[in-house]
Amino acid sequence: MRAGQGRAAYAYLAPALLVLIGLLGYPVYQLVLISLHDYGQEQVSGGAPVEFLGLGNYRALLGGEQFWTVLTQTVGFAAVCVGGTLLVGAALAVLATRVRPWARTVLFLAALGAWATPAVAGSTIWLFLFDANLGFVNEVLGTTGFSWTYGRWTAFGLVAAQVIWCSFPFVMITLYAGIRAIPAEVLEAAALDGASTRRIALSVMLPLLRPILLVVTIQSIIWDFKVFTQIYIMTGGGGIAGRNLVLNVYAYQQAFAASEYGLGAAIGVVMTALLLLFTLGYLRALRRSGEAL
Amino acid sequence: MRRGVADAVTVVIAAVVAFPLYWMVLTALKPDDEVISAEPRPWTLRPTLDSFLRALTVEDFGRYLANSVVVAVAVVALSMVMAFLAATALTRFRFRGRTTMLIMLLVVQMVPVEALTVPLFFLMRSVGDSVPALGLNHLGSLVLVHLAFSLPFAIWMLRGFVAAVPDELEEAATLDGASRFRFLWQVLFPLVAPGLVATSVLSFIHAWNDFLFAKTFIISDADNQTLPLALQVFLKPDQNDWGAIMAGSTLMTIPVLVFFILVQRHLAAGLGGAVKS
Repeated sequence: MRAGQGRAAYAYLAPALLVLIGLLGYPVYQLVLISLHDYGQEQVSGGAPVEFLGLGNYRALLGGEQFWTVLTQTVGFAAVCVGGTLLVGAALAVLATRVRPWARTVLFLAALGAWATPAVAGSTIWLFLFDANLGFVNEVLGTTGFSWTYGRWTAFGLVAAQVIWCSFPFVMITLYAGIRAIPAEVLEAAALDGASTRRIALSVMLPLLRPILLVVTIQSIIWDFKVFTQIYIMTGGGGIAGRNLVLNVYAYQQAFAASEYGLGAAIGVVMTALLLLFTLGYLRALRRSGEAL
Repeated sequence: MRRGVADAVTVVIAAVVAFPLYWMVLTALKPDDEVISAEPRPWTLRPTLDSFLRALTVEDFGRYLANSVVVAVAVVALSMVMAFLAATALTRFRFRGRTTMLIMLLVVQMVPVEALTVPLFFLMRSVGDSVPALGLNHLGSLVLVHLAFSLPFAIWMLRGFVAAVPDELEEAATLDGASRFRFLWQVLFPLVAPGLVATSVLSFIHAWNDFLFAKTFIISDADNQTLPLALQVFLKPDQNDWGAIMAGSTLMTIPVLVFFILVQRHLAAGLGGAVKS
């Protein structure tokens, strides 16, 4: 190794490090700091001193009823989205292996379109498709005038459908590649040994696909747990009286609508902590599937 | 025969998946009276570009489109250079702290950036006090945060491309009298260009699609809004101009769609790399 490599390396790394420390590292530290203070409109404008609360924001948050409702909704919503995404993605990946190439290309192109649509545009399109009076869906169902976004559960269902629509392609394409990567000899050997199609799927393919399934599941959990754009746009910022809130939107509303920045930061910390748990699982799953750094 | 059924089912499913996009383009092309008709039809016999013209003139969509392009292009250009230098350092040099940095790169990707809106808002506010162009209400603030969000993954992905360039090439270049700087920009940079394309597309899409930070940072200066925010502003409680909204959505979706199709092969390889390696 040549001398002076360390200095050169740090010179190359300097711009990226500067940006990452300044705009990711420092904000993470600030997030925790703000969450420990009473930080509202008056403090921001300099009208009142910033008061150290310790865990006061967390006590207020965990003691309130709304936080637990929102947390339950977030977990439930994410669970439906993850389940739906995996189910649709896996079913279509299997279907894609059984059709002629031209049909598969058509399916993949459509999926690519859904995947590429920006969340804001996608949410707006779905909102219009399900519009009470002008929407095509109500016209087809003969339910003109029915508002999908008014009721708590229809609104959540609609948003979940939109989220599944734009996230199943990732699962489908990844799983399809995984299925294709299984050597044909393995499947032939199983068939020669007299295994049924069902048996091959359950006892041969499923174990081989486990690492990929694990990765797409955890990736989906991480994504769907922090959905913001779709909920915000489709339910108009969290629904009537906030009944469609999820953690991410709740944090935003507390901080920027109610000017309770300390409380908003505390929700951010809780969210980060919960995601960190998932992430540890993700890293462990990666390591167990034999990957090195 | 059974295969024919499976093919047919696949095509029907593809049609359902693509339907929202079809509906978007169709609505954008419909004349106004068909858009606000209480009996919407899945076709139009009188296609028109009126909605696009309205979106671009009345709603001033062209300006927001330009803003979005400025932010996304600046993020891509800066992150390409920074990620290339960092990836080179992390793959071609051995130095103290290298492993720690690699682990930090992975960990940092797990931080939910959405949780950082509050501290970043105040950071941008104080940055704006000294450098207004990088502070709140200016496009610079969006460039900064998206640069930070896209760097870890870009560096992580580029490492593989840089590592694929054999060491002998650098030795040969050095023997021929090329300085390290020259080797970097005239030999290594062109060689990892395909990797740069794939990574920069992802950075572009992140910056282009962002709604949360545009909404948080661009609070009072309507001139500096980006597309996702502008689209949201057109959504009014009643009297939506759906034709123009769908035309705007189309304008916003097309660049991403084009990029996706252009790089889908790289993307699959890159994602595979991100998932597997």
